[in-house]
Formats: sequence, C-alpha cells, structure tokens
Amino acid sequence: MSSFLQDMINFLPALMKGIQLTLIVTVGSIIFSTVLGLVWAIMRLSSNRVLSLTSATIVNILRAIPILVQLFYIYFVMPELGLALTALQAAIIGLGIAYSSYQAEDFRAGIEAVDHGQTEAAQSIGMSRGLMMRRVILPQAIKIILPSYGNTMIMMLKDSSLASTITVAELSLQGKLIASSTFKNTAVFTAVALLYLVMCLPLMGLSRWLEKRMGRRR
Amino acid sequence: MAMIEFQDVHKSFGALEVLKGIDATVGKGEVVCIIGPSGSGKSTMLRCVNGLEDYQKGRVLVEGQVVDRNKKSIREVRMEVAMVFQRFNLFPHRTVLENVIEGPVYVKGENRASAIERGRALLERVGLAAKADNHPQQLSGGQQQRVAIARALAMQPRAILFDEPTSALDPELVGEVLTVMRDLAKEGMTMLIVTHEIAFAREVADRVLFIDGGVIVEQGPPSEVLVRPRHPRTQDFLHRVLHPID
Repeated sequence: MSSFLQDMINFLPALMKGIQLTLIVTVGSIIFSTVLGLVWAIMRLSSNRVLSLTSATIVNILRAIPILVQLFYIYFVMPELGLALTALQAAIIGLGIAYSSYQAEDFRAGIEAVDHGQTEAAQSIGMSRGLMMRRVILPQAIKIILPSYGNTMIMMLKDSSLASTITVAELSLQGKLIASSTFKNTAVFTAVALLYLVMCLPLMGLSRWLEKRMGRRR
Repeated sequence: MAMIEFQDVHKSFGALEVLKGIDATVGKGEVVCIIGPSGSGKSTMLRCVNGLEDYQKGRVLVEGQVVDRNKKSIREVRMEVAMVFQRFNLFPHRTVLENVIEGPVYVKGENRASAIERGRALLERVGLAAKADNHPQQLSGGQQQRVAIARALAMQPRAILFDEPTSALDPELVGEVLTVMRDLAKEGMTMLIVTHEIAFAREVADRVLFIDGGVIVEQGPPSEVLVRPRHPRTQDFLHRVLHPID
C-alpha cells in the first residue's frame, strides 16, 4: 500500500505537466465556446430569418457530429485546406466549436425564459436591441443559465482529455505514457482520476457560489 | 397639432381583427381615458402608439410623425412617449434608483450625476425617496408602480401611456398610484390611460373613449360618457362595472 502511494507521489511531477495542458485546453475552450455560443444564440433569436436559420443549421450540424470527429477534422483536414494549427490550438478551437452548440442551446433557453415584460419595458424607454440585451436581458438570463453552465464547464474539463487523440500531452495522455513505460497502471490511473476529481471540485464550488450569489438578488 | 392621433387604425392578430378602424386624437396636455370590456382592444390601441404592436391599416401619429415599429424612428417615438405597464415591469436586477436612471443614462446619454440627482427628485415626488437603494421585489405593488411612473417621467416624455396601471394591485394600494397620476394630470402631462377605475376617469379625464369590439362606441367628456351615456352598450358596461352584484 505504501509503495502504491509512493508510486503515485513519484509520478506527480510528470503528471503536473499534463495538468497544465489540461487547464489551458479547458479554460481556452470554455472561453471560446462561451463567446461563440452567445453569438449563435443571439443570431438564433434575431428577427432576421437568414441569421436565425444559419445559426440553427450550424448548431444542429455541430450537435450531430461526434466531438472526436470534429477534433480530427480540425487537426488533420484543415492543414490540407491550407490552415495548419498546432495540436494545442486545434484542441482549443475544436472543443470550443463543438461545445459552442450546447452552450448556444442553453443560452437561448435562458434568454427566452426572461419575462417578456422586460423586453417591452426596455423597448418602451427607447432601447436598441443591443442595449436591451446587454443591460436588461442578459443580466437576468445569466441567472437562469448558470446551473447548466456549471455543468458544461465540468464536462469540458473532462472532455479536454479528448485532446490526447490529437497528440496534446494533457493529463490523461501523460498518464498513459507513464503507465506504458512503468507498467504501474493502478497507481498511475488512480492518480489521474483523483487529479481530475480535484480539478472538478473547485468548478462545482464556483458554480454553486455563483448561483447563490446571483440568486440572492431576487 | 395633436399629440397622438389615430386615423382609421386596423389591427389583426391572425384572423382575429381586434381594432376595426379607430379614429381618435389626444391633444397636448389632455388626459384621455379608454374604458371598455376586456378583449375590446383598449390595450392593443394603446400599444400601437409606441410600437409595441404593429397595425395593418390606417396611421398612428405622434406629433405628426407616423409610428412604424419597423423603422429606426420608433426609438425616437418611444423616448418621447413613455409607458407604464399593468405588471410594472421594473428591472429586477437593478435598484429602484437604477431603474429610474437607466433610460436617461444609457438611452439618452445623460450625465450620470445629473441623472441621479433628477432620479432622486422624481422618487421624492412619488414618495419613495427612502427606497432608492432597494430592489423592486422588496417593494409593494403600489410602490413598484410608483417607481415605474418615476422611470417613465425620467425620460422627460411629452406624453405617458398607462396600460391598466392599477389592475394588478391589491385594492388598498390603488389609491396611492392614482394620487400620483392625478398630480401629473394637474401639472398638464398628456396622458392616455386604459383603466377600469371609473371614478378616477370621471374626476381626472378631459375625455373618455368607450371602446367595444374594436370600435370606439362613444366618446366625449366624462360628464357625458360616464354619467349620461347615450349608447346602450356603454350603459350596459357601466352598469356592470359600477354594480357588479346586481
């Protein structure tokens, strides 16, 4: 047992390098998917039919294709079209695009859940659509979106391991490399699993804290 | 020139025609009350003035300018003509004072300090200076509606539309809102009011429109329409409103 623990501790420095990449991929793709998801959602809710239909089509296509396939597409196919990305860039952009579709649906539902009277009040004082979104609708929609957003952040942290398939040596790939050179599968993968758990806990705490903090206002 | 003018306004929701040729004017400084049974088109008529609803035929004019909700000019109309809603529609994520200064600061680009000063004065005027830093949900319905009136006034409008401003209130809170509205009327504010408060209309209105089935059945000074209505539908409606359990 103590040698098992000792092994886990010995592997930590190597695993830490993986954690660093995991965090970069996770944070990068969360930010990218949030911005892109918001663009899809606002396009979808536009009164302009072309914008709305374009957004609906893109979101549905993205939701229908496995994330893994999207990653392969960006990393392996894009260079043939003249757009070469590093593995890390491809991972962030690929996960970001894939998850933007789920984010978009959550954002749209949240925005639509805001009382229509708020829209009318904003319009009645002469607000433009953009100003209304920024000052009236989105601040209220955020509160509705937050629980599912917290969930999405956790899924994205875990799915950052998909980046291993396009050679990003994040935590899971780092673990696999150590395991295959030391044959200490149990110690390595237990350590990897625990490290994911440890990274998830603050995210869970953060989303609960945000929900509480926003909830107090109403 | 009339402040607000309806010229043969028609409006349908799908196959249902709710306004069937409305002609009416509201002069500068005039207080006009719209009464009528529910579903008669009174709120729809009001909402055509600031483009919350569109209309299919005829014209609505505000100070001679055609109201078209699909044109950019609609925002100018909305800055000129404020609105008070049945369900208040205050911004729940902002304080009372922030609600009042939202329009002046973010829509009109007024200097924040001067907007706050004016906002506090307006809250004082509706008797809610002490509630400036509360959130709307901490206030009673009557207080919320008075904040909504202050928010409308903060836009320094040329006219205010009231859409059943006391219908969502507990009976004991109606008076405080009507008091504020009565003061506004005395100060010469142009007001178009959809209401079920017949006594209030009789006291404050310069003119009353009775609307039923999408047409104006009868209009004139309250001493005629509300006291000696000529049309049987007006008589019947007033009887039912004033003597509900007969």
